[in-house]
Amino acid sequence: MEWRWSWVWELLPQFIDATGKTLLAAGGGYLIAVVLGLVLTLAQRTPWRPVTVVVRELVEFIRSTPLLLQVFFVFYVGPQFGINLSPWTSGLIAIGVHYAAYLSEVYRGGIENVPKGQWEAATAINMSTVQTYRRLIIPQALPPAIAGMGNYLVGIFKDTPMLSVIGVAELMHTANSVGALSYRYLEPYTMVGVLFLAISLPTAFFIARFEKWVRRKMGM
Amino acid sequence: MTTEDMSQYPLRLEGDNIPMVRFANVRKSYGALTVLDHLNLDIDMGEMVTIIGPSGSGKTTVLRMLMTLETINGGVIYVDGEPLTHMEKNGVLVPANPAHIRRIRSKIGMCFQHFNLFPHMTALQNCMEGPVQVLGMSKKEAEERSLELLDMVGMADKANQYPSRLSGGQQQRVAIARALAMRPKVMLFDEVTSALDPEVIGEVTNVIRKLVDAHSLTMLMVTHQMGFARDISDRVCFFHSGVIAEQGSPAELFGNPQNERTKQFLNAVLESN
Ligand SMILES: Nc1ncnc2c1ncn2[C@@H]1O[C@H](COP(=O)(O)OP(=O)(O)OP(=O)(O)O)[C@@H](O)[C@H]1O
Ligand SMILES: [Mg+2]
Repeated sequence: MEWRWSWVWELLPQFIDATGKTLLAAGGGYLIAVVLGLVLTLAQRTPWRPVTVVVRELVEFIRSTPLLLQVFFVFYVGPQFGINLSPWTSGLIAIGVHYAAYLSEVYRGGIENVPKGQWEAATAINMSTVQTYRRLIIPQALPPAIAGMGNYLVGIFKDTPMLSVIGVAELMHTANSVGALSYRYLEPYTMVGVLFLAISLPTAFFIARFEKWVRRKMGM
Repeated sequence: MTTEDMSQYPLRLEGDNIPMVRFANVRKSYGALTVLDHLNLDIDMGEMVTIIGPSGSGKTTVLRMLMTLETINGGVIYVDGEPLTHMEKNGVLVPANPAHIRRIRSKIGMCFQHFNLFPHMTALQNCMEGPVQVLGMSKKEAEERSLELLDMVGMADKANQYPSRLSGGQQQRVAIARALAMRPKVMLFDEVTSALDPEVIGEVTNVIRKLVDAHSLTMLMVTHQMGFARDISDRVCFFHSGVIAEQGSPAELFGNPQNERTKQFLNAVLESN
């Protein structure tokens, strides 16, 4: 079996289109994860015990079950409760919530890293809790969290193929259908690997640069 | 919190000569450990009171309670005539809610042993933060006032530096300016020179001297520098095991201590210097 360049060129437009969808899934999921993750972190730090315990357990639960199961759950179990979501919506929700749990742990680490003296100085200038988080704690928790956040950005991107199983037409899905039609999988799957690599590697590089830049910008 | 008859405490202090700060029967414990036992201490307006005493005697705890960084287990703290730790409800004092605490706390400022400057802000931004965010002052006004204060502590030329680029003495001076920017009536200093190299202690104590000379601030200071305490205090309190074992003017307390524990402590400090 030999490599067919002509076929690669022929498939390329379709694959680039699918890459766009993959990026959209990763980006959309990540956006949900970034915001929801912060909510999960802050909820665990409220003074209300029942809230903190429930959210803590929820985060643990999400982290200890496979993403694939969660994707299936949202897409197939949802309708049995009258919640009918498109593959795209289900996929974004599942992957967003899954990574929100991971990001919330990254945020938690970052927040716990801020010295106690910062909270005390905030009290001494009479800041409210919300002001303290917004102006002091989150800005200081962020730079050390960037590395972890970056890893999960790459992680979510690499996990988007999971959405192919519910029919989201991203890269993996495209490769599968092309392969199934032609009974040739070498080129499509190789292209998927190369495209993923071409995006992950530079992303990781830029995240590292970004982290350095933020630290310098914040006088750290 | 043990049940205590709150009716013995007035809802507010009244009369001509009310103290700026009053600790009334204040108790503090951590579990079984009683750190402060029925502390009674009045600090007059404009007075500079220094707390000295051996390690673990509860000095820092006194300041932290007043800054509301610690809750108390009994008694009441009054600031400027009003209860800080409590508020009135149906004619009796009940534990204060956050809004009440915040309102009274605005009269108090504090400087810490380890400065606790905000590392992601310049010296100027550190000073402007409270006035802009908490007092709702315009940026322009806050900047002017912060620059004045930075000038007063001799840090105007470093206004745009981040804390990581400043020496300990410089950071502490910025921290003093930051606290003053909130226009407190009471300033608390907890061993503000203890983390500093000996050669820069003077630059911080000189700033505190300036504040004393200005007369308007009420100050409560914990220090291990007996010479400095003797120089600038109106009154010195010697703490031992969570009680004020002796207090008086610096001349009395340093020159002619009455309590055995005070004598021992002062001798030990003198020997180690
Ligand atoms: N968070 C805490 N939990 C338990 N015990 C504490 C806590 N904070 C302080 N203590 C105890 O309370 C007592 C008084 O502490 P405090 O810090 O007020 O002493 P200090 O007089 O300031 O001592 P130093 O001169 O060493 O600063 C000490 O025995 C200390 O161990
Ligand atoms: Mg102390």
